[in-house]
Amino acid sequence: MAMAWVWTGMVVLSLVFGLLTGNLDAVANAALDGARSAIDLSVSMAGILCLWSGVMEIMRVCGLSGGLARAFRPILRRLLPNACRDPETLAAVSANVSANLLGLGNAATPLGIQAARRMARGCGGTASDELCLLVVLNTASIQLLPATIASVRAAAGCKTPFDILPAVWLSSVLSVAAGLMTAQLLARVGRRRR
Amino acid sequence: MNLSSLVIPLLLSAVAVYGMGRRVDVYSALTHGAEEGLTVLLRIIPALVGLLTAVSMFRASGAMEWLSGLCAPVLEALGVPPETTPLMLIRPVSGSGALAVASDLMMTHGPDSYVGRVAAVMLGSTETTFYTIAVYFGSAGIHRTRHTIPAALAADLTGFLASALAVRLFFG
Repeated sequence: MAMAWVWTGMVVLSLVFGLLTGNLDAVANAALDGARSAIDLSVSMAGILCLWSGVMEIMRVCGLSGGLARAFRPILRRLLPNACRDPETLAAVSANVSANLLGLGNAATPLGIQAARRMARGCGGTASDELCLLVVLNTASIQLLPATIASVRAAAGCKTPFDILPAVWLSSVLSVAAGLMTAQLLARVGRRRR
Repeated sequence: MNLSSLVIPLLLSAVAVYGMGRRVDVYSALTHGAEEGLTVLLRIIPALVGLLTAVSMFRASGAMEWLSGLCAPVLEALGVPPETTPLMLIRPVSGSGALAVASDLMMTHGPDSYVGRVAAVMLGSTETTFYTIAVYFGSAGIHRTRHTIPAALAADLTGFLASALAVRLFFG
């Protein structure tokens, strides 16, 4: 429903602003242009998107994501010590993190949900500190190769669509760190209040 | 020769050779994955049509300028281009919406402009926060989410500020 409000708000505000500024002709043309540019954009990003999805699939099939998952276990054991006592939860969480890193959003979500369900058992509908941490980790992006964004940049006429990678990595690391630290801090504050 | 031109061919060959070493049919994995890419695209096209229509109307009417102007003083003080205001507002709510707004920014300002690059980095370093929270807690049966939302939004906000910072750092 949230998007319904956003969309209605944008269209109605455009009408109001168009009437007030006398730009109504431009608004009418813009509606049609916008719809057309959506298809132009989709067509020009289709090839790159498919190619990268294919490469990601090869990585998944030949076990690169499994290897990555194993590499993450020591860090995750420290971050989520209680959850990782259960080997199946640990396996789901590390597979979730590695799928996120490879940009396999479709694979990451079911794995993360599986981990979250195991971690939520017997907590009576209240999220534990560690479950909050897992969700925060998933709401922050930790993608190594943002293929969709690269394909949009290429579609917009960029010659080197991947040159933003270092900037994306730096920004992702800072954002994940801020999320995890805020979560740890608020968990501590919440406990003191209780 | 540009060094970054090495990345893509090298990655493609490395993945193919590694897969062959593992006795994996890399070609059918590639085409199967590409098919999945197509279904992803099919799912986002309707959203792109809806949102690019609204975004383009919003811009043409002058409402975008008004909204950006409203947030400009604060954002400029933080070094974030005010043109990215609509992107930051929609990012936590809708993934395809954010993709539409960001691609609109890249097409209007150019993918290699400051605004275009910041938009791309913002998109790459944040996630659809509210959607993720809803899916995870919904399926785990959690009603009291405690500090998850403030912490997740702190991550998003940091990501937005860091995007502008990182683009200035790497692209001068």
